[in-house]
Amino acid sequence: MIAAAFAIGLARLVKGPHLPDRIVALDMLALTAIAAACLMVLASGVAAYLDFALVMALVSFLSTVAFARYVEWVALRRARASKPPPLELADD
Amino acid sequence: MIDVFVDLLVVVLILAGAGFALIAAIGVWRLPDSLMRMHASSKAGTLGGSLLLLAVAIGVGDLDVVARALAGVGFLLFTTPIASHLIGRATYLLGVPRWEGQVRDDLEGRYDLAARTCRAPDRTASSAAPTPSQADGSSPR
Repeated sequence: MIAAAFAIGLARLVKGPHLPDRIVALDMLALTAIAAACLMVLASGVAAYLDFALVMALVSFLSTVAFARYVEWVALRRARASKPPPLELADD
Repeated sequence: MIDVFVDLLVVVLILAGAGFALIAAIGVWRLPDSLMRMHASSKAGTLGGSLLLLAVAIGVGDLDVVARALAGVGFLLFTTPIASHLIGRATYLLGVPRWEGQVRDDLEGRYDLAARTCRAPDRTASSAAPTPSQADGSSPR
């Protein structure tokens, strides 16, 4: 189930029509990695995978915040431009 | 006897957590616009990850592992709303096309992007006239 979730999230990451879709998919992929790390802890009994899960949660939160700020910056730049380019070009 | 129940609880938590993660992925794939995808990923994904961390806490049972897993649950519950709120705000401000079935947009024209301020809704108009979604009672959600 985790693998299926990862595959679907990856498909949305590749396909996602706009930048926010890709950020959401990336966030969900990080959550899926956390889930997989928890399964590894339970399967192998090595508690170090739990540290991996915690670090993954931290990194995904920080990267999501950074991406969201970046998207807001892109939106601000588009709003300032007199003739904004089509939205497909906003993914630069 | 207790061990059997602990194992059973761990199995149930793992299945529920993986199921919610899968539901979140299906939601991210199937839902029609970016804000709804954010909704699916944030809520169902957080629940899935938290349930799996809880399964680790119950299944392993050492004190340090339990402490770290519970800290992970708290961290997930603490950060995911912030992150998804930021994504939603950025999505709205970018003006990504939304689902055509959406009936109202309370922020329409109220947000000044350059000054980063949001004008409050005019209270008299909204309280006097019922909004269209409440009037016909056919809100899509």
